[in-house]
Amino acid sequence: MAEAWQQFMAYGERYPHKLVDALLQHLQIVGITLMVSLALAVVLTLLLMDHRRAAELAVSVLGALYSVPSLAAFALLIPLLGIGMDTAIVVLVIYNQFLLVRNFLAGLDAVDPSTVEAAIAMGMTPLQVLLRVRVPLAFPVIMAGVHLAIISTIGIATIAAVINAGGIGVILFDGLRSHKIAKILWGTALSAGLAITANMLMTRIERLAEKRLHFS
Amino acid sequence: MMDVLTPVSPALEFHHVTKRFPDAGYNAVDDVSLSIDEGELVTLVGTSGSGKTTLLKMVNRLYEPTAGQIVLRGHDIMAADPVQLRRGIGYVIQQVGLFPHMTVAENIAVVPKLLKWDSARTGARIDELLQLVQLDSAEFARRYPAELSGGQQQRVGLARALAVDPALMLLDEPFGAIDAITRDGLQNELLRIHAAHRRTYLFVTHDIREAFKLGTRVLIMHGGRVQQFATPDEIAAAPANEFVVELLASAGTSVGPSGEASVETSGGMSAGTSVGTSTGDDVRG
Ligand SMILES: Nc1ncnc2c1ncn2[C@@H]1O[C@H](COP(=O)(O)OP(=O)(O)O)[C@@H](O)[C@H]1O
Ligand SMILES: [Mg+2]
Repeated sequence: MAEAWQQFMAYGERYPHKLVDALLQHLQIVGITLMVSLALAVVLTLLLMDHRRAAELAVSVLGALYSVPSLAAFALLIPLLGIGMDTAIVVLVIYNQFLLVRNFLAGLDAVDPSTVEAAIAMGMTPLQVLLRVRVPLAFPVIMAGVHLAIISTIGIATIAAVINAGGIGVILFDGLRSHKIAKILWGTALSAGLAITANMLMTRIERLAEKRLHFS
Repeated sequence: MMDVLTPVSPALEFHHVTKRFPDAGYNAVDDVSLSIDEGELVTLVGTSGSGKTTLLKMVNRLYEPTAGQIVLRGHDIMAADPVQLRRGIGYVIQQVGLFPHMTVAENIAVVPKLLKWDSARTGARIDELLQLVQLDSAEFARRYPAELSGGQQQRVGLARALAVDPALMLLDEPFGAIDAITRDGLQNELLRIHAAHRRTYLFVTHDIREAFKLGTRVLIMHGGRVQQFATPDEIAAAPANEFVVELLASAGTSVGPSGEASVETSGGMSAGTSVGTSTGDDVRG
């Protein structure tokens, strides 16, 4: 145990740039994935929100895709897209659609119909009803979806190292292949540390939003 | 035939308005024709499911009629842009529908903002309205709906609907979920506000006493059809049919505006109280 700790510290002192590079690359994968995921999820939500049947169908399809193990998903896409970061991002974006679209739709649906009707009856345009009433009231559920997507992306992006996507997973899988405990520990620590940090940040943001939007 | 039914300046006219919901085997509103004058406070009363809400929601185009025509101040509402139409119509519902993420002041400011009023005018109007519905501005303007009692919420709902002084107010059982004493106070305030501004009000209730207390005329509906449309005194003196008789009986003996309607005998108001058809004729004529 003490030996593992020594190796862990030694590795950190000797290869700090490797760790920083891996972390930055990981953040890059996560960042790009989230931006693309959010854009796509917003489009899908706008298309589906007024079509209950289509929305239910779409969410169950996305759920089925979400349930495909990530290693299998990466393997399946290699013949189509080759290996590398792009393929990893495609897979991560697809996974996120389930978490995001489901929550976005659920949040918008949960807004009290009489509140929405009041907004329409007061002369709001459909866009005004959406932006001034439905989205603010759905905000906690929307943010919960974003929160889940961030944590999930950080985790699954680590696995994406197996198809040469880079990131923290590279260190972890190197360690596993070559039985280097220090690398395994660093990979795990960085991945978990990133997830925990993101989790705390999102919790803070959600609290602030809830206070500002006044739900009690 | 009857003076009161002759539209001097009709604020709102229904011409053979019918609504059948998709897949329904009956008409929720069935061939309703009538005319409401500027400044009237018409109460619309009937059993649950008689089509009151449906009739009301066709006026601000939350529902579209299956057949017939609704004319607001001389203009067919189907020719108007629904969004613009709605900004000129106040709407109050039992569920209140206040926006929970907005303060009282922000709720009241919604339509003024949609109409791009400047903030000074909006602010002044908010104070004026809160005073009108007897809520202390300093105390309540910055509260959220969750921090109000049911009666206070309903007052804010009323103030919000009145914000841009709409020519027409639609109220759907606004006091339905409020205790009797508070309701009585709110009814009196509504009467006072209506008397002060003389806008046209269409007020739905399932409470015949409320209908008789508030209405300059009372519109009685059953099964989607108008049973009678006349002043409280006229209805009490000459119920148009068996349904109206039963409705009056269900409310006990005192349903008149001053509590003595059931003993009142006003022989002069005999004819034409089965208004569904007679107003329709007036409107077309
Ligand atoms: N959105 C709707 N879809 C289908 N049927 C409806 C809808 N709204 C009302 N109805 C039906 O129309 C009839 C009249 O309803 P409503 O106007 O709400 O009555 P009231 O307000 O007098 O209680 C009822 O039979 C009701 O079931
Ligand atoms: Mg109703």
